[in-house]
Amino acid sequence: MSQIKSRHESVIMDRHEMTRALTRITHEILERNKGCHDVGLVGIRTGGVYLAQRLKQLVSQIEQTDVVLGELDITLYRDDLALRKNQPVLKKTDIPFHISGLKIILVDDVLFTGRTIRAAMDGLMDLGRPAEIQLAVLVDRGHRQLPIRANYVGKNIPTAKDENIRVFLEELGEEDRVSKLIDPEMAA
Amino acid sequence: MSFKRKDLLGLASLSREEMTLILDAAEPFKEVSGREIKKVPALRGKTVINLFFEPSTRTRTSFELAAKRLSADVVNFSPSSSSVMKGETLLDTARNIEFMQADILVLRHSSAGAAEILARNSRLSVINAGDGWHEHPTQALSDLLTIQERKGQVRDLHVAIVGDVAHSRVARSNIHALTKMGANVRVVGPPTMIPLYLHRLGVTVHHDFDEAISGVDVVIMLRLQLERQGRSLFPSIREYARLYGLTLERVQRAAKDVLVMHPGPVNRGVEIAHDVVDGSAAVILEQVANGVAVRMGLMYLLSQQN
Repeated sequence: MSQIKSRHESVIMDRHEMTRALTRITHEILERNKGCHDVGLVGIRTGGVYLAQRLKQLVSQIEQTDVVLGELDITLYRDDLALRKNQPVLKKTDIPFHISGLKIILVDDVLFTGRTIRAAMDGLMDLGRPAEIQLAVLVDRGHRQLPIRANYVGKNIPTAKDENIRVFLEELGEEDRVSKLIDPEMAA
Repeated sequence: MSFKRKDLLGLASLSREEMTLILDAAEPFKEVSGREIKKVPALRGKTVINLFFEPSTRTRTSFELAAKRLSADVVNFSPSSSSVMKGETLLDTARNIEFMQADILVLRHSSAGAAEILARNSRLSVINAGDGWHEHPTQALSDLLTIQERKGQVRDLHVAIVGDVAHSRVARSNIHALTKMGANVRVVGPPTMIPLYLHRLGVTVHHDFDEAISGVDVVIMLRLQLERQGRSLFPSIREYARLYGLTLERVQRAAKDVLVMHPGPVNRGVEIAHDVVDGSAAVILEQVANGVAVRMGLMYLLSQQN
């Protein structure tokens, strides 16, 4: 389903589709890991953190158990730090549990080149030795530059390389949706 | 807003926003220093040179740890083992370092303005780690971070800076930092240790410690530079300790949750009593811990300036 929200934005997933996708991902996580007793969720800042919080909530609804949750800032691990014109804002990594021996599920909003995930895995490895790292993303838009694949995908969205996919979240003051943004100059 | 400077030479020329940027950048690095593997790859491949012309353990170690935890390569120069002994000028030393493709130069020097001269004449990012009686910006930033964490904010706090202000670069940097952040600063010491016209920096000057300490939220004690004893700044250490030493009785005259700070090294029993150093109001070791985080944040920001 794709609807035009404005001249510059076409919505690819609405609120309901997002909830359904996250619910399915939660079931898949529980199935694959036979519950969640040795699982830890780690959201990648910023969007991934909110999605990880939602997964945690869904787990507690479905399984009536609590799963540990952390937040990871990958800025210091980026491979393009020296290349960027504007400084990325440094945030804190906050993982209040020992990751060694746990199955860590990295959560991000959009999987694109795979470089963010590479950085996140390096960041995690500096904190301990997880038994396994799995990857959950809301959107996989292709164009990988590294050999990285998600274990759980909300929706595969074929895109052109220069297209702009954005996940809008209620937690950030937006209406929940995934959209393709059209550069007004290119559309004109 | 982003940090746009090549160097950090002092806080007199820094805006409040720039100081806030450095403090914000320091915050995430506190977590890094608490990890089992205290290292992130942000400065991988960069070279940091510590060039210290004055003895220092704390500051040099702090800079070295900060650089190493960012994965930079660190080289320590000390004048006794370098060609400075053979008559090389400061500028030539720096040029040589520059052409070895170093990125950041941390300089401590006994002459005010030494860091600025190097900064103007080389591509290196220069960090002033203390120049004469002029400035010691990273110390003051560590103090700001400590105050901000403990008190929530610096604005409107009453802060006393006590001791040999005239010969203290820590005091000067702290005065700039605190007044720009909106604190009310009072400076306390014998007239021989307070420079003339200090009030022009926006502080009040006091000579009676008992009176000046009443109600303050933060007391920053300066080290009494015992090596200056004999230059008739004060009659005796005992008299100085009696008039300007921080005792428990004096701490009780300050605000109930007062913070006691000291840039180190501490002369126990002189400017500050044993039971105050070890007491619950002292945050001296927090200043040290925050020093590493501030220096990591600063080097991270400077390394982003290509």
